[in-house]
Amino acid sequence: MSNPRDILGPQRFSQSHAAPKLIPPNASVTKRYFIRVVTGVTSLLTGMRVTIGKFFDPRTTVTQQYPENRDELKMAERFRGRVVMPHDADGEHNCTGCTLCEKACPNGSISVLNTKHASGRKILGKYIYRLDSCTLCNLCIEACPFGAIEMGTEFELATTRKEGLVEILNKKAGRL
Amino acid sequence: MEREQHIEVRPPSAGGNTEEYWLNMGPQHPATHGVLHLIVRLDGETVREVKPELGYIHRSVEKMAENLTLLQNIHLTDRLDYLSCHMNNHAVCMVAEQACDIGVPERAEYIRVIVSELQRIQSHLLWWGAFAMDIGALSAFLYGFAEREKITDIFERLCGARLTMNYFRPGGVAQDLYDGFEQDARQACSDILYALDEYQRLVTGNLIFQERTRGVGILSRDKAIGYGCSGGTARASGLDYDVRRDDPYGIYDRFSFDVPVATAGDCYARYEVRMEEMRQSVQIIEQALKDLPVGPIQAKAKPVLKIPKGLQVFRQVETARGSFAMTAIGDGTATPLRVSYRSPGFMHVAALHEMSAGFKIADLITILGSLDPVIPDIDR
Ligand code: SF4
Ligand code: SF4
Repeated sequence: MSNPRDILGPQRFSQSHAAPKLIPPNASVTKRYFIRVVTGVTSLLTGMRVTIGKFFDPRTTVTQQYPENRDELKMAERFRGRVVMPHDADGEHNCTGCTLCEKACPNGSISVLNTKHASGRKILGKYIYRLDSCTLCNLCIEACPFGAIEMGTEFELATTRKEGLVEILNKKAGRL
Repeated sequence: MEREQHIEVRPPSAGGNTEEYWLNMGPQHPATHGVLHLIVRLDGETVREVKPELGYIHRSVEKMAENLTLLQNIHLTDRLDYLSCHMNNHAVCMVAEQACDIGVPERAEYIRVIVSELQRIQSHLLWWGAFAMDIGALSAFLYGFAEREKITDIFERLCGARLTMNYFRPGGVAQDLYDGFEQDARQACSDILYALDEYQRLVTGNLIFQERTRGVGILSRDKAIGYGCSGGTARASGLDYDVRRDDPYGIYDRFSFDVPVATAGDCYARYEVRMEEMRQSVQIIEQALKDLPVGPIQAKAKPVLKIPKGLQVFRQVETARGSFAMTAIGDGTATPLRVSYRSPGFMHVAALHEMSAGFKIADLITILGSLDPVIPDIDR
């Protein structure tokens, strides 16, 4: 196969529109007609060689049997599915309730409701995340200084219940 | 004029015994690539007038932009021209960088060029498939998407999203390249070159395709300038302008690439120009991958980016469709006072009447497809 750049260099653009290739511009109507029939059939066959080649070449199969291959379907490591709040080794969240993620979110999808610990310290009460208005933009994750939230790799996010789209992310580890 | 001459070549179909009528094409029409509504005045089968009607997916992005910080605005531009989101992000980032005086590390500049060019190829592949499908070649649509999928997979591994990437940040990019990115990109480039050869045999050389596109939808150079066309549409009409070369941004002045220009201004010229653009993008990617330096990917920027009061910043980029520009005026707070976008598709749709009057209704579909319209970009 020759270098494709030689076939379609920039010079070609000034000349290629003078007349369609293969059909002489001053040919008679009948002659043009027959040339067209012949070039039409040959150009179709050239194209069909490509499609038929793809049809019989197993390497060109790109279709994935999606619902069946769910188990082996692995999303990329950085895939941005939805915001999740993982637990650390002790079953605690890293979130301190600093509300930086809330301020970073362009859509108001996060509400951090703080409460007071018995010692008087401000701690995280409820971390409300609304998937319905989230654009999965990753800005909250980048804003968090403690690495408390991350993007999950779950991708089947559709639900039939509207209530399923609003979620409280901080949970006790044991209850999961 | 060129178009008038063309009408003489193609006599009206029904022997002059026809009646003029209006036809609504869209907003839900498979050939309008989205919710575009075309009101067409027809004489038999011949198009006399085309009026594009917009507003079906207006989301008031410019108004929303006034209430968001520059950092938050980046992800909104993903949703304008969703096939060129890296380039759109680049425009916002350059506005922020100019307004707040942020430098960009070398490595980040190279990454920006590589992903932008990958995306240009990806967008053109989708256009190629959709355009061929408009003309009736369905397998081309599937092949285009299969090839595009390889680049989409690279993006998914790189930034976690397949369509709305939100990858550029003022002063760099969000994440570093993953291990094996360079290999993947090289592989994608060689696959594309092979596929382009195949497309040449499958569609470009096909006589039916040539007959349907040559001499159809001619836009003269003057009209292209008059309507403000840019990108492949303007270059196919003989307007030798590419933002990457003539108003270089980022590090585009370091790469050598050709800007394909055709003079015919018809659908086939637009097709040829875009096909050649993909090859040129491959060249740019190969050069950028060769020189890719190591180092930081993001400059230290202030946490809150403020455009100084009264400062107006304008930056433009070359997206897959043409020149996309962003103007922002600051008022000294974290949110801009006014943001305005210039999107290429709007001008192309405005020129649709100019191109299609006098042609058949089937040619209108060809012409619209050759313009590569993305409706959220036209209507924002
Ligand atoms: S991903 Fe974006 S939209 Fe979603 S919660 Fe985080 S910041 Fe908000
Ligand atoms: S998730 Fe992070 S940014 Fe958000 S409140 Fe908790 S600690 Fe702060």
